Amino acid sequence: MLDQKILGYRRENGRVGVRNHVILLPLDDLSNAACEAVANNIKGTMALPHPYGRLQFGKDLDLHFRTLIGTGRNPNVAAVVVIGIEPNWTKKVVDGIAETGKPVAGFHIEQNGDINTIAAASRKAKEFVQWATELQREPCSISELWVSTKCGESDTTSGLGANPSVGAAFDRLYENGNTLVFGETSELTGGEHLVRDRCINDEVRKHFMDTWNAYNDFINENKTNDLSDSQPTKGNIEGGLTTIEEKALGNIQKIGKKCKVHGVLEPAEEPTGGKGLYFMDSSSAAAEMVTLCAAAGYVVHFFPTGQGNVIGNPILPVIKITANPRTIRTMNEHVDVDVSGILQKEMNMDDAGQALIDCMIRTANGRMTAAEALGHREFVLTRLYRSA
Amino acid sequence: MIHFIVHDQKDSVGVVVVEGVNAGQEVTGWIMDQDKEIKVKLQNDIPIGHKFAIRDLSDGDTVMKYSTDIGRMVKSAKAGEHVHVHNLKTKRW
Repeated sequence: MLDQKILGYRRENGRVGVRNHVILLPLDDLSNAACEAVANNIKGTMALPHPYGRLQFGKDLDLHFRTLIGTGRNPNVAAVVVIGIEPNWTKKVVDGIAETGKPVAGFHIEQNGDINTIAAASRKAKEFVQWATELQREPCSISELWVSTKCGESDTTSGLGANPSVGAAFDRLYENGNTLVFGETSELTGGEHLVRDRCINDEVRKHFMDTWNAYNDFINENKTNDLSDSQPTKGNIEGGLTTIEEKALGNIQKIGKKCKVHGVLEPAEEPTGGKGLYFMDSSSAAAEMVTLCAAAGYVVHFFPTGQGNVIGNPILPVIKITANPRTIRTMNEHVDVDVSGILQKEMNMDDAGQALIDCMIRTANGRMTAAEALGHREFVLTRLYRSA
Repeated sequence: MIHFIVHDQKDSVGVVVVEGVNAGQEVTGWIMDQDKEIKVKLQNDIPIGHKFAIRDLSDGDTVMKYSTDIGRMVKSAKAGEHVHVHNLKTKRW
């Protein structure tokens, strides 16, 4: 067990966060400008602009709301100002976030205009940020951290070093009683049987295979070639990965050797079944997947990379890990944990897993990740299909 | 120095893990799962991260890595030859 405590923010609903953001959350593309104006007015706040929120319907609209509400609910967020073009959908997001007990307020632009909306929202944001900056970190158990993983710009060194080091860390966190998640449905293709065999019971196994099959059918229905250059990507191929099967087998190293899959989540769905490893049906695109993890309530993220994916997230600290010595040489400023020693037998997998957990603890205690320090705040909403 | 790594002794390919290995060079590999050493003479310059055949592979052969099927050869490759998108294809998609 991991006995050490981390210093986190205990939220109103009991969850533990490791950041203390006050965010300005646009309901829709039209409200980005007002959110950015408020962020400019009130220091210590952050706007999360995005391009969607109009004329969506059905499951795609449900996902839009789930992602925005989940982002606001995330324990790394202290308080939220929501701005939308009209009051009804704005209120829906506010109400979803308010269930957590955290401060949240909504403003709408119609019948007010940008300038009055910005003025009113700025007053509220100032109140929130002054309140939030007085909150104190307190000792919390490591097991209270919800930890997500997704890899990106993978190459063959990902499967040899960086991904299994996450697996080693996940095996320890799993035993420790943490709530974990992985996803990237299409990127399990070629190794889906390995994930199936790790599911904890027949119900989860069936749910997983149904989810994977549905994604695979979607790809087969829409593809125009063998997906060369898309999956694996040009960057993957440059890094030496050739086929989806090879990429998937490297990807799956992230779930270690001991973790069992306790449940299957919809994109951005918050797990409610307690501790364990969850599989989230999700895109394999880095910013989309990490945004979904943040919306599901995860507070620290392990991101192994080969060729050097520079992604971050506005509210979820993204810890970057690589085993590629060339990436260390050329892109060192993006790397939090160098596990390249694995490839020369200078570091064993247990030590690499421990190095990741050490970095996770320091990150949880407040150390900025490379992506945070470099200002990477990719907030990318997943769309399921076109608007009405 | 470890020039390349093979995940498992059942695998068909090894991965170069250092920069600057060239055709004609005898390179030293580490078979990770069995913790064994292997030597292969390279037929091509191989960039870091890229694969080469550790035994002769024929057109149509299944290629193993992680002791699992990662696709099929669409062109033969001798031991030490570069294996990538020009001679290895997915069996999915």
